[in-house]
Amino acid sequence: MNVYVVLKQTFDTEEKVVLQDGRVSEEGVKFVINPYDEYAVEEAIRIKEAAGGTVTVVSVGPERTAEALRTALAMGADEAVLIADDRIPADEYALSRVLAAFFADQAYDVVLGGNFSVDNGAGQVAVRLAELLGIPHVSSVTKLELSGGEAAVQRDAEGDLETLAVRLPALFTAQQGLNEPRYPSLPGIMKAKKKPFRQLTLDDLSVTPEQIAARTARAELFLPAPRQAGRVLEGELPAQAAQLVQLLRTQSNVL
Amino acid sequence: MSKLYLIVAEHRDGKLRQVTPEAMQAASLASSGGARLEAVLLGSGLDALIEELKAYPVEKIHVLEDDSLEAYNPEAYAAALVPLLSTVNPDAVFLGHTAMGRDLAPVLAARLEAGQLSDVIAVEASGDQAVFTRPLYAGKAFEKKTFAGTDTPWVVTVRPNNFPAAVPAGGGDAQVERATYTPPANLRTVVRDVVRKTSGKVDLTEAKIIVSGGRGVKSADGFRPLEELAGVLNGAVGASRGACDAGYCDYALQIGQTGKVVTPEIYIACGISGAIQHLAGMSQSRIIIAINKDPEAPIFKVADYGIVGDLFEVVPLLTQEFRKALA
Repeated sequence: MNVYVVLKQTFDTEEKVVLQDGRVSEEGVKFVINPYDEYAVEEAIRIKEAAGGTVTVVSVGPERTAEALRTALAMGADEAVLIADDRIPADEYALSRVLAAFFADQAYDVVLGGNFSVDNGAGQVAVRLAELLGIPHVSSVTKLELSGGEAAVQRDAEGDLETLAVRLPALFTAQQGLNEPRYPSLPGIMKAKKKPFRQLTLDDLSVTPEQIAARTARAELFLPAPRQAGRVLEGELPAQAAQLVQLLRTQSNVL
Repeated sequence: MSKLYLIVAEHRDGKLRQVTPEAMQAASLASSGGARLEAVLLGSGLDALIEELKAYPVEKIHVLEDDSLEAYNPEAYAAALVPLLSTVNPDAVFLGHTAMGRDLAPVLAARLEAGQLSDVIAVEASGDQAVFTRPLYAGKAFEKKTFAGTDTPWVVTVRPNNFPAAVPAGGGDAQVERATYTPPANLRTVVRDVVRKTSGKVDLTEAKIIVSGGRGVKSADGFRPLEELAGVLNGAVGASRGACDAGYCDYALQIGQTGKVVTPEIYIACGISGAIQHLAGMSQSRIIIAINKDPEAPIFKVADYGIVGDLFEVVPLLTQEFRKALA
């Protein structure tokens, strides 16, 4: 079974966002594998452990992304590919086209990604990739079982549980609950250093910047107004409860 | 020729979802009211929904009706919608940023070679262009974006609960156009079963009031008083990552940077300390209430009102008071 994982490196979710010169500052920030993509990496390794084959992790991103790919290798992935090129715009149409160009000459049975990235949060690239490759997809997957060229899948649809059957090759995006990602072991980290790691540019993929011109543009980036701490109520608890209900009834029209 | 914006209507339990008229409003704002709006409805047994949809400000309702479209199947829905899109040729497609819309929109965008802006929370028109506001890092930052470059259609998903819903004016004169749909013989995706765990419940992302529990809830049973309060308020129950990781509740309830981002009118955080990743998912709520034993909990720094106390004491008191007040 050839399993590919598309992943992204993101800020750790406990990081604050600070703007500097109109951009999100990366100074001192701890980067991680996007948490949803980490479930995808774990699932890919479990598929390999059960059915054999190889796990390849792929990312489009800046050079720092190499660290996330190395972590995936240390977890148990076999090969890593980083597509790093300043000419690739931050636009889901473009990113999915670049990935599709890479996948064009790969042999894959299963492609895994995260449900969405915790930074941009658009949730587009993986699903677009499936469409460009002409393979079916199921997003937000909480259970994945492969047998006989088919996948039995459970999908979380805003709390509803959908069960689907999909013919392979197919793409799946991971939702929380799919598995519990392992930590890289020390031997895993040592082995990762010797595993194949390729770095590619648009030229290697025969993609021109014109073919991936961004379909969207950012006009402005800003932080939300900070919330002010309000009022901590006082008195006996029953009195506080009564007071709170009174306050809410006067201030909100939904009650 | 004025622009044509198509809204993919969404329904649940035989009723239009609130996000559909909200998406109409977003579409209308994107053109300063200058665009013609049309809707497309997919599913089976749609007669009542067609009547419901007719009351809204859309000029035409395209209907794709087939038993095989009853449950959402990305492959079948794409097979139904892509030919319709090439006939209708809309300038933009609007969907809800829901389980269906999040999944379907990138499929359509890829097929149309189009740009997509996801999870949009505000729209302003400026000339021929429209400016869309959307969150980054689940709301730790925001960006304004426009479509660029080509004349491919726009694809937009609209976050529930952020636009005032278009009002059913009751004209009922929308034209109904049934499109033919023959299910493809070679579908690779089959929906075997749908368990509606949420049937009859208020959806978390559409809820006006959310009662949310953290580690302080201590067990799955500990959510009972929260469920009771949510029931009285016709709200939904949510949870922090801590509560989900501890196994007290389903991950589907998780609110935060991982999990769902919610923007209710009132958010009641019970036994939630207020980790940064949780705050990202709820700090755009209009009114935040914090109930926590620890007066130093960071949640109090973003709360409009706080009660320092044991949630197992405070929540039932609140339920009792709301019952009295709303009786």
